[in-house]
Amino acid sequence: MSNKKATVFVRLKDGVLDPQGITIQKAILNMGYDQVVSVRSGRFFELEIKAESDNTTEKIDQICSKLLSNPVIENYTVEYE
Amino acid sequence: MKFGVVTFPGSNCDYDAYTAIKVLGEEVDFLWHKSPDLQNSDVIILPGGFSYGDYLRSGAIARFSPIMKSVKKFAGSGGPVIGICNGFQVLLESGLLPGALLRNSHLRFSGKYIYIRVENNSTIFTSACQPGEILKIPIAHMDGNYYNFDGEIEELKKHSQIIFRYCDKDGNTNDLGNPNGSVYNIAGISNKEGNVIGMMPHPERAVEELLGSSDGLRIFESIAKSFSKGLAVERA
Repeated sequence: MSNKKATVFVRLKDGVLDPQGITIQKAILNMGYDQVVSVRSGRFFELEIKAESDNTTEKIDQICSKLLSNPVIENYTVEYE
Repeated sequence: MKFGVVTFPGSNCDYDAYTAIKVLGEEVDFLWHKSPDLQNSDVIILPGGFSYGDYLRSGAIARFSPIMKSVKKFAGSGGPVIGICNGFQVLLESGLLPGALLRNSHLRFSGKYIYIRVENNSTIFTSACQPGEILKIPIAHMDGNYYNFDGEIEELKKHSQIIFRYCDKDGNTNDLGNPNGSVYNIAGISNKEGNVIGMMPHPERAVEELLGSSDGLRIFESIAKSFSKGLAVERA
């Protein structure tokens, strides 16, 4: 059995100021692309998980809320394959 | 009384904090992040720097080091803990203080003298300050933009947990005096109980006139004063 893979996406919650996103959006405008009205930045993590592990979803959720995201300002989603 | 300064991998203001306590004239020791032993410290200082390279988020990894379990227990039993700059970030990530620090609104690292106003002088850490006293203290950070939801800011106000606010040299808490975009010009907050405080400015870098200001000493003098007035903490 091959290992499982989880991809975690961490995003700022709606309403939380994203200075990086704002700056990137300004750069896009300066490049002449005036279609882009907003940019929100985030990050992702690829986790390789032992194939035989139990309660994977639950454990990945714990890792996400305790470490990979800061629940005060961020949300996360996980995609498994 | 004895101060304990925690050294994480990447801390770089631990020696400054140590020296500030020497200038104050009290006992001080370094505490190593891998050991849970607080060495009978009466006050814990989490210093500035870039603990664990600021990987993931500032303070996010340091929170899981063995010493932080002891610091949490110490804080829970009323022990005074002060987090400065990266130490503030560690306290927020640990959940010992509410809120989060975002990247500075101008996206640049900012290192300069700024002014803060004492909003609450009835804490362990500000007892030697006058109400509204203006302190000239340097900042040095990239992620110092204090953020919390509107409702939470109201809670902080209600419980007098906002200890320092950025201001101009005359004490006006306006945009001009705000170096990083912090909500409500917040530079430092405490927990509800008042025994844990976090601040972005570096008081330990302003303890001698030779350095440009000795206003930072007011914070450490306050702690010593609070102790001399009988603040004793039962050690766990």
